[in-house]
Amino acid sequence: MFGRLGEHALKHDWIEYAAGLSMVFGALFVIALITYYKKWTWLWKEWITSVDHKKIGIMYIVFSFIMLAKGLIDAAMMRAQQAFAVGDSMGYLGAEHYQQIFTAHGVTMIFFVGMGVMFGIVNLVLPLQIGARDVAFPFLNNLSFWFFAFGGMYILVSLVIGEYAGTGWSAYPPLAGIKYNPGVGVDYWLWSIQLSGIGTMLSGINFISTILLMRCKGMNLMKMPIFVWAAFGMMILVVFAFPILTGTLAMLMTDRLMATNIFTDTLGGNPMMFVNLFWAWGHPEVYILILPAFGIFSEVVPVFSQKKLFGYASMVWAIAAILVLSFIVWLHHFFTMGAGPTVNAFFGIMTMIIAVPTGVKIFNWLFTMFRGRLVLTTPMYWFLGFIVTFTLGGATGVLMSIPAADFQIHNSLFLVAHFHTVIIGGVVFGFFAGFTYWFPKFMGFKLDEKLGKYAFWCWLVGFFVAFTPLYLLGFMGVTRRLNHYDVPGWQPLFVVAALGVILVLAGFGFQVLQIVQAIKTRDQNRDTTGDPWNGRTLEWSTSSPPPIYNFAVTPKVDSRDAFWSMKKSGLPKYSKEDYKPIHMPKNTSAGFFIGILSFLATFGLIWYMFWLAWLSIAGVIFFICKRVLEKDTDYYISVEEIEKIEAARNG
Amino acid sequence: MKKAFKIALSILLILGGVALSALYIINNKIPVLNPEGMIAIKERDLIVTASLLMLIVVIPVFIFTWYFAWRYREKGGGESKYTPDWEHNYIAEYCWWGVPFIIILVLSILTWKSTHALNPFKPIENGTKPIRIQAVALQWKWLFIYPEDGIATMNYVQFPEKTPINFEITADAPMNSFWIPALGGQIYAMPSMRSRLHLIANEVGEYRGRSANYSGKGFAGMTFKAVSSSETDFKTWVNQVRNSGKSLGMKQYEAIVKPSENDPVSYYRLTDSDLFEQILANYLIPKKEK
Repeated sequence: MFGRLGEHALKHDWIEYAAGLSMVFGALFVIALITYYKKWTWLWKEWITSVDHKKIGIMYIVFSFIMLAKGLIDAAMMRAQQAFAVGDSMGYLGAEHYQQIFTAHGVTMIFFVGMGVMFGIVNLVLPLQIGARDVAFPFLNNLSFWFFAFGGMYILVSLVIGEYAGTGWSAYPPLAGIKYNPGVGVDYWLWSIQLSGIGTMLSGINFISTILLMRCKGMNLMKMPIFVWAAFGMMILVVFAFPILTGTLAMLMTDRLMATNIFTDTLGGNPMMFVNLFWAWGHPEVYILILPAFGIFSEVVPVFSQKKLFGYASMVWAIAAILVLSFIVWLHHFFTMGAGPTVNAFFGIMTMIIAVPTGVKIFNWLFTMFRGRLVLTTPMYWFLGFIVTFTLGGATGVLMSIPAADFQIHNSLFLVAHFHTVIIGGVVFGFFAGFTYWFPKFMGFKLDEKLGKYAFWCWLVGFFVAFTPLYLLGFMGVTRRLNHYDVPGWQPLFVVAALGVILVLAGFGFQVLQIVQAIKTRDQNRDTTGDPWNGRTLEWSTSSPPPIYNFAVTPKVDSRDAFWSMKKSGLPKYSKEDYKPIHMPKNTSAGFFIGILSFLATFGLIWYMFWLAWLSIAGVIFFICKRVLEKDTDYYISVEEIEKIEAARNG
Repeated sequence: MKKAFKIALSILLILGGVALSALYIINNKIPVLNPEGMIAIKERDLIVTASLLMLIVVIPVFIFTWYFAWRYREKGGGESKYTPDWEHNYIAEYCWWGVPFIIILVLSILTWKSTHALNPFKPIENGTKPIRIQAVALQWKWLFIYPEDGIATMNYVQFPEKTPINFEITADAPMNSFWIPALGGQIYAMPSMRSRLHLIANEVGEYRGRSANYSGKGFAGMTFKAVSSSETDFKTWVNQVRNSGKSLGMKQYEAIVKPSENDPVSYYRLTDSDLFEQILANYLIPKKEK
């Protein structure tokens, strides 16, 4: 009946109990709050079943913030362990718990924070920037979110029921195979990524269609904002890279469930194939994360420099170059696997070449500032912090792309420091810049600048305090994923790194405070104009927050920085006659049900409760059929209603 | 005044941080930066050269960033020039496609040459007869086999100085990585595969070695001591091990292959000189499931 799910699945050490209980109580608290304020219907009708890209975007970001908090706690726990676990002291975490933490940290941060925030921002901003009313497939968008969210749920569920993988986030077989890891941990890992990956894939298709088919009149490809170009690049990468991951994980799954011996070390299996396939997805994945961050900075810098973006065409070509190159560099993740020098050198050189288009982008941003009028708001602070951090991260990356140098740094803390430098400095800072920049658009009020700058300084200084020691430790021969070491000389550096994490946590604290404070004082900080930053692109031409249909009349565009030139030549005035009934998609619960049933199906596979798996799969098929056959999926917003909403906006 | 104080303070803090790390580097022996083997020295030089080359781009970026952010700020920026529509300049853009490209070209040549020169599979030739040592990554310990000398050791490896060492590496465990930072870069240890690594120690010395690829819960303890001694000391040591140690053949191997953590150093007299080959062969001929 319960497969291999027995009471032993609930047995943990006290730290795991504390983590699990705090999560359960947190969830109960939220449920109690919703019940107390009688918000269940509101939550269901306005959010869970919503197909509005703005609401889906907000849900992505809220979910990612929760996961970010979780990932940061993981990080703090690891650093606390390493600050003490030297010599005779084994620290407070057992090896088996520690390995789950670093695996969960990686998966959380890459898949459910990095991907989550970027899909959130793309969802929010992209349709508005191209003057569309929604994405091409609104229902699919909702479905994507639920796949993503239920995938992330596994990381939380594993805190209470069973365990998470103890293999590192990349889970190489044979360690991740049934031979060395027969437990449910790797299965949780597998399905959390697989489910969210399906969501990601659907989103990729959705946004490519949106960008190609839903642009407003006059916006040809070379007039799109760079953020849209960046998102376009990101989605192309998603569509080409994610099938590799899905296929690879499917093979690992059959290895584990049905002994197909594809990646095992005997019977003709080959674990090296997994490593190749994993990184054939894994390296494009890095650019899936960083491209939208580049896009965000390409929006932020011109607005706050009050100047056109420098080198638009260069920017587009740089994105294109990165796109192609990102698929032919994967081997640099394992120069040490024993490929011949010619193969290694080829992949090393290809990797270095990526530095060229990336450098071009950096110089273009810098020369956008040149002879501008810089307004040094929080997003600009994040940008300046990004330039410093990311350039260093890029340099260490080029260093590691030289195979012979990489032999001495690979898998060491130098590597860990390198990819945190590019991911925190690039993706995270980029997201924070975009978050502050677009917050007033979707919430209708601004975030506090002062708290934002405190947060920035804590993050920036904290980052360097936390990761500079790791570069040094790497040179000292310290590898990643150590829960204990016996060289006392390493400890001071680990202690410094732990202090850095405290600063980063303080930064995160300021951000939470910033959001709370902004909600409390929202009436003083309302953005009534819809254009609080003197923006340049179409999203600023509508109200904050935008009406459900985004634009009462779809805009017409004749240049880049469309809204900027509209403001110069006089904004178009619309009257009653211009309004036409707007065709909109209806909310649907199918996405949520398909999501939760897929979750149950895979839960059944993880615990060998095959009846549950089959039943849930039947349910998924039922809901797909139901949705496909549904006729009543759309409605019209009448002219009167548009008039009413628009009149309210114009006061 | 307050602003000047803030700036002065932050500059002091940064300088202090740099000075502290410099002191730390000088006072601590950092194997990758102060290597003791020819291969590692070449790899260190490569790291230093490449880093210096990259500074050609990194430093201008830093200068531009701070100078532009300061010069063109709206508040207090004064009468700096403002050209809101300037968005394109061929010469400038050629510059930053071109200059980094040239640097990468130089780095590419460096990469091509160094990758071939420092290929871990390539034997070192210095006139001395190399020593062959076979390393097996187990759960969670290292077994070293000296097929010619008829001995084996656990979590300890010794070799004569100035002699090329031909390591043959495999695993009878999940994937690991064999790394002695002071002597040179790592290579993966994988079940059913034979990797090779060629290192050399320039002087007599003791180095830390460990696995660099996560292989399960005992991974942190997968360290070993590597000792480079004089030729005569090495010979005496081999004789000692051969005469005093327990014996190790395929039968005894079945016992030590079982997972264990933080094992002490052990010495064995080798009874199956082709033990390493047998370990590899085990993966080709699958055993019956127990």
